Order: sequence, then structure tokens, then C-alpha cells
Amino acid sequence: MQFSRANWKRLRLTGDQRNVCYPHSLQFYLEPPSESISLIEFESLAIDRVKLLKAVENLGVSYVKGAEPYQSKLESEIRRLKFSFRENLENEYEPRRKDHISHFILRLAYCQSEDLRRWFIQQEMDLLRFRFSILPKDKIQNFLKDSHLHFEAISDDEKKLREPEILASSPSLSGSKTDWESESVYKIPFADALDLFRGRKVYLESGFAYVPLKDIVAIVLNEFRAKLSKALALTVKSLPSAQSSCRLQPVLGHFSHSYTGQDYSTQKNAGKISLDQIDSLSTRSFPPCMRQLHKALRENHHLRHGGRMQYGLFLKGIGLTLEQALQFWKQEFIRGKMDPDKFDKGYSYNIRHSFGKEGKRTDYTPFSCMKIILTNPPSQGDYHGCPFRHSDQELLKQKLQSYKISPGGIHQILDLVKGTHYQVACQKYFEMIHNVDDCGFSLSHPNQFFFESQRILSGNKDIRKESIQPETPQPKPGVQKAKDASSALACLNSSLEMDMEGLEDYFSE
Amino acid sequence: METFDPAELPELLKLYYRRLFPYAQYYRWLNYDDIYIRYQSFNNQSELEKEMQKMNPYKIDIGAVYSHRPNQHNTVKLGAFQAQEKELVFDIDMTDYDDVRRCCSSADICSKCWTLMTMAIRIIDRALKEDFGFKHRLWVYSGRRGVHCWVCDESVRKLSSAVRSGIVEYLSLVKGGQDVKKKVHLSEKIHPFVSKSINIIKKYFQEYALVDQDILENKESWDKILALVPENILSQGHFYTLQQNFPKYHNSLQRWEYLMKAISLQDSTKNDKCGPCLEWEIMLQYCFPRLDINVSKGINHLLKSPFSVHPKTGRISVPIDLQKVEQFDPFTVPTISSLCRELDAISINDEGKEGNEAESDTKRRTRVSYKKSSVSPIINSPWIQPRMDQSGKLINLPANRSQIFIY
Repeated sequence: MQFSRANWKRLRLTGDQRNVCYPHSLQFYLEPPSESISLIEFESLAIDRVKLLKAVENLGVSYVKGAEPYQSKLESEIRRLKFSFRENLENEYEPRRKDHISHFILRLAYCQSEDLRRWFIQQEMDLLRFRFSILPKDKIQNFLKDSHLHFEAISDDEKKLREPEILASSPSLSGSKTDWESESVYKIPFADALDLFRGRKVYLESGFAYVPLKDIVAIVLNEFRAKLSKALALTVKSLPSAQSSCRLQPVLGHFSHSYTGQDYSTQKNAGKISLDQIDSLSTRSFPPCMRQLHKALRENHHLRHGGRMQYGLFLKGIGLTLEQALQFWKQEFIRGKMDPDKFDKGYSYNIRHSFGKEGKRTDYTPFSCMKIILTNPPSQGDYHGCPFRHSDQELLKQKLQSYKISPGGIHQILDLVKGTHYQVACQKYFEMIHNVDDCGFSLSHPNQFFFESQRILSGNKDIRKESIQPETPQPKPGVQKAKDASSALACLNSSLEMDMEGLEDYFSE
Repeated sequence: METFDPAELPELLKLYYRRLFPYAQYYRWLNYDDIYIRYQSFNNQSELEKEMQKMNPYKIDIGAVYSHRPNQHNTVKLGAFQAQEKELVFDIDMTDYDDVRRCCSSADICSKCWTLMTMAIRIIDRALKEDFGFKHRLWVYSGRRGVHCWVCDESVRKLSSAVRSGIVEYLSLVKGGQDVKKKVHLSEKIHPFVSKSINIIKKYFQEYALVDQDILENKESWDKILALVPENILSQGHFYTLQQNFPKYHNSLQRWEYLMKAISLQDSTKNDKCGPCLEWEIMLQYCFPRLDINVSKGINHLLKSPFSVHPKTGRISVPIDLQKVEQFDPFTVPTISSLCRELDAISINDEGKEGNEAESDTKRRTRVSYKKSSVSPIINSPWIQPRMDQSGKLINLPANRSQIFIY
């Protein structure tokens, strides 16, 4: 995909031509798109796909793939985000186009490191596997043919001839008469069925493997993985030219880490929390990262810079006003034998700054999970960060035990942590302390945790109208509405800029 | 039996390479007239011949066909010198069966355990031919304690390392090292490869295992077999009495039958079953081929060349006739010393008969030498022809073959 402006071609399609472009609901993404699109569409398509892939990941660790409720939940996610999924529907051009273009955009963002590549390939494979699983049988052959995969089904006579051998070789065949009659068997060169024949899970004869349809999927997916892996390796080589385009650089650079939901900086909730509620709120509705910060603050009457940033902005997000914040921190620091004047001179500036009342007056946004997990890891004496990411297993276990989580729950959480699914682990914690089976949301922000918790605890009453719809990032109040997408992006990234402000020098520890 | 003294090798090798080594067949076997390679190791047969006669290699190993002339690989840009293709090879070594053969151990072999090689050749060759569709398969005696197989089909030579590993995995049933007692576990569904292999083993089992190896001869040996029976079954009725009664029987044959009866009785009761195919699992553990995956999966891997001389035994690595596998006797394979003695005897005879020939002595000797030696019937066998004799076709350029001469 060429990004130099000179090479973008214009393609306008009408009516039937559009269906020819995308004859199927799924594809192998062999050809990059050749349209030109606006930068805003570029960004929004990509954001939607990131959301989709994150949903794929989430569902994949919470439910058994291929069975209910995974299948229906994934289908509704795909529908909600307006991507293609069903073969038989009419007017699927837009969703299929979206699917096509967004995949290629994400290749640019996710080719950049081994971890990113692995994640991207895994989720794309799971997505493809799902789409393939809902393809009607009669469409499968056509799809394979159009994708240049030469899998030919054998005739019934040939099938009958080898019935005992094929049944004895393929674990995926149950042996029931009805299954056998309806199952297609494909004849492919043995080398194309490596994962099947190496474990003797397929019948071989004269250099061909006789593969039932169920197993063809595994082969197709492997093909897909191999091709995508190669493509990503090539993409990363051509990336420098894409990055040199200053319009794309911010998008590509931050995508994989970007938070794509609400930013919790609106002052809608301001003043709804009173300071004496915070202690009880911290055990009932705070995510573990904030709960631990609050506890450390109460015990030590102090927090270091990283902790003050992370916790302070969170408190702002749950509704503390500037006045409340100043009172809150001062009270606590004074208990730690700090001189009130010193507080006024030093720390209060920082607090006012974070509310946008000092300096360049940017209203800083509370940190998202991604930001907390990926940046500024805690060291000795720090209490910020994500406990699921940054605490060692033993300590985490003890902490969860002190929070009265059941051993079964702790076990599940630790398993998720081992699989590096930190946010899903936090969701599990949410489910345990609220005693629900399914938290009902995909966690990506500590304030979201708080919001959802309050929602459940208050019985979903008046909070319903403020229900969260993760949309494209909203411009912050007080900031001029951006005409150009890049400055909108700059706002999104302001929380990243905060670290570079140099406040640390002011309060060096 | 002619004795072989390794110290004589240098002299013997000289003679071997001058008079006995079948250059024509060997050269054609290495060549593939369907590829065009720009750089070559040897331009033609006589170059190969000259080089080998000059070097009198102690050992010849064959490696891959490379993108460039191997001896110039240092001049080629990094990464450009690559192994492009190589035959699929298998190495079956008798030492890998030490846990199940009672007659010999390590490098020793005898007629009692050689049957393992016979079974291995039959089982593996059937699979290579019928399951994988490979046509050009050459089986060779390694010269000491095992056999090698060379598969030379064009499509096979290009197979990746991953596919080669996959083929070995497909052909493997015996898993585990010294610390693993039971090395074969079958599942409910028996793949045709397994059932066909069992059918082959059945042909040899009685004679090989129950007579020659006598695997139920005494308590020490039958305890090893019983160790393969699931533990919870051993303490139960049928098997408990079995162990008491074994000594009452006279030989392995009888004990084996008794054991089979016990197994089927156990399986027909309501108690714990023995498992899907305990009988087969035992037979497979004692008879099924054991392959070395590292030999087969590496495209760069070197394997001893056919017709090379084994440095420890002096035996020639001769091809094995697939039509006569059972008759192959490793102990009658000529050694280099016996061959050379033969040669001397022939020349002495010839000299007497055809003294007035126009051609020079050496030429005549060269011409008749290998034809009359005991190596020749092996070389001229029809089954070696398909790979070696490209009759009518012009043999073009040789492969960029890496051959290591160790001298």
C-alpha cells in the first residue's frame, strides 16, 4: 500500500460493481485497497477495528471459542461495530469495504514489534475462524476457489471406497452415519496438511491427504497465519516511508497503545462525591490500582509523584472538584507531619495544574489502563501502576486474599495474569466483588470500573442516561474544536504529553 | 571370514577407488538432469573420478545441493549460499533398540537381531511408497549396525525441514528414553498406518521375538513385558495367577499365548480394561522401527554415501535389494580387504588367459575389475536402475553437491 500522495488512486464504484469487489463476507486480505480516503475515515476505521479485535481477545479468554455464548456474543460485537459477517446478506458492500481497509491500516500499526505482531495475528485468526464457521456449506467451495486455494472435494464414490480408512484416521469425524454422508472430504497434497499428517490425524494415500471439511479450516487458518506473518514482516520494512508522512505518524505511532473510549474528563459528575465517602468507595468501587494507592496514602500520609498523578487524576474523574482535591491531599499530607505552608507552596500548584488551572491550562485526563500498564512502571516505594501487571504473583495473591476474594476466583485471576490478560483479570475482580457472573463491559479505564460499579450498586437507576457508548474520542471542553484530525489526535495524546511537562523536577523526591 | 584391519585402509582405499568404485552409476545417481545449475562441483564423471582417485577419501558423506559451488561458498555474498535441495534420508541404527534386544548391545549385531532391520525396511518402505507416494527409494546397508534410506523424488528433494520432521513424526510410534518404561500408547482409533505396520510385524513376530529373542524366557525378561501392562491390572485375578503360572510353561511361545488369553479375558470382564490394544503395544515396542529425527529433518545434514567404506568394519555401504530383503545378510557384505584380495585373484587368472590382448594391462584390469567382483551383482541389479540409468537422455550438468571428503 503506497502512502505517497502521488500514488493514491481514485476508485468510484456503483451498484453491481460494488458486489463484485467483495463477493464474500470474509476474505484473506491478499490485495491491499486502492481507494483514497480521508484522514478522519482512516482513523475511525482503524479505531473500530481495534475495538473489534479487543472484543475478540476478551471473548476468547472468557468463553469457549466455537461454542455458545462465544459465537453469538462475537456476532453482536461485529454487528455493533458494523463490520461484515454474514454471507447471504444484501448490501454488505460498506461493511466489507470497512473490513478490508481497516485490516490493512492496522497492519501498519501492528507490524512494529514482535508482541504486537503476535497479538494482531492471533486476533485476526480468531476472527477469520469465526467467520468461516458461520459460512453455509454451499458457499465454502466458492470462497476457497476465489481465494485461490485449490481444495477439491472428492466424489461420493471415491469417498465410499476409502470410508473405513478415512473414518479411522480423522478424529474430527464422529463415525455417525449421518455425519459421514453430509461431510465433504477434500484431497490435497500431503505437504499442505502438515499439522494433520504429522500427528497421524488424516488418511494418506499415494501422497495425498484425504481431509474432512472440519479439518480444512485448520489448514486454511495456518495458510492465513503464514501469509499474514510474512506480510507483516514486509510491512515493517516499508514502514519508514509511511511514517515520514506527518499526517499518519501520530496515528500509527500511538494506535496500538491508544485508549479508544471515554476520557472521563467531563465535569458531569463534579461535586457528586463527598470526601468522607472516599474510604468506603475505595473498597467497594475502586479498581485495585486505585484501592492500593488510596490505602498507601492513608497509611503513609504521602504518595510519590507517579502515585499522585495516577490517583489524583482518577479522583478528578470520579467527580472531585478542585477545592475538594486540595482539601483531600492537604489533610492527608498534614497528618504526615508536613508543614501546611510547604504543601501550599509545592503540592497545591501541581494539583491546580492537573485541573487545568495553571500553566498551559490543559485539562489533563485520567490515565487509561493501557497507559498505566505500559508506561512508568513502579519502583521500590511506589504504589502506582497496575497490580495485575506490576505485582509479583505471591503479593498479588495475598492482596486478593486480604480483599476477601474466594480461592477459586483468585486462581482464575492468577491464570489470566499468567496469560498477560491484565484487564480481563481486573474484570474478574470486578465480577467477584460485585457478585455478578458477567461484568457486562470490556474494561479499559479505571474510571470506567468506578462508573460501572456505581451503576450496579445503585441498581442502574439514574445512571442509565449516562450510559457509556465508547465512541471516537471526544474533544475536551475548553479546547477549540479541531478542524484537522491531527490536532484532534494531539488532544487525545495530551495525557501522554503530561509526563514530559517537567513537573518532576519541581518536586524531585 | 576375511579379517579386516583398519590399518590397511590407506592402501586398500587406493585400490578400491581405482578399480572397484562404480563411478558411472554413482555419478548418475547424484545427478539430476532436470535442473540447470550454473556452478558445479564436478563438471563430469571423469573429474569426479580423478578427484576421488587423487584423494582416496577415508570417508564420503553426502550433503545438500547448494545454490553455488560449495568450495566457493566463501566468495558468495552472505546469505546467498543456501542449501536448496536434498534427498530425504532416514537412518535406522541398531543401538536404538538396545532396550528390547537380548542378544547384542551397542555396536554389535547378529543374525538374531538383524530381523529388526528387515521389519524396519518393510514397514517404512511400505509407508513411503503407499502413503506418501514416493517412487525413488534406495535402501543401503550402513556398513556396521544399521540401514539408511535415500528418497530421491524431485518433489521430495525440495521439501522443507518442517515437512521432513512431520514425515518422521508420522512414522514414529516408539517414544521415550531410558526413564520411560512403556513407550507405545495407542488410542481407540487406530490409524491405517498403525494397522498396516502391525500386519507386517505379525509376519515376523513369532520367529523373531518368541524364538530368536526369546522375550519370555525367564523371570527377568518376562518382567519387562509385564511392566508394559497397566499397574492396576497386574494385581487382578487373571494376571496375578499368570505370574504364578508362567514358570510352568516351557517356552516363550506358550507363555505368549497364555498372556494373550489373560488379556482377552480381562477385557471381557466388567473390571478395568487393559486398554485398546495392549497386545499390539507390546509388539510395537519390541519390533517397530526407531528413527533418528535429526538425520531426516535437516536439509544440511550429511549422511554417509552409498558405496563408501565403513572405517571401522571395512564393509562397503551396499544397496539392499527390496525384492530380497529377508535374504540380506550383513555378514556377507564384502569388505574392502576381501574385495581387493578378490581383485588380485582375478587379475592373476586373467593374465594367464588373455595375455595377447592389445589393450594395456591396467586398462583391462579396470574394465573387468568391478564387474567380476562380488560388488558387481549388487550394482547391476535392476532395481537400482530407475534412479541411476537415465537411458537415452543426455546427462547434463551435475548437481552442486557438497561432498565431504575426509582423508
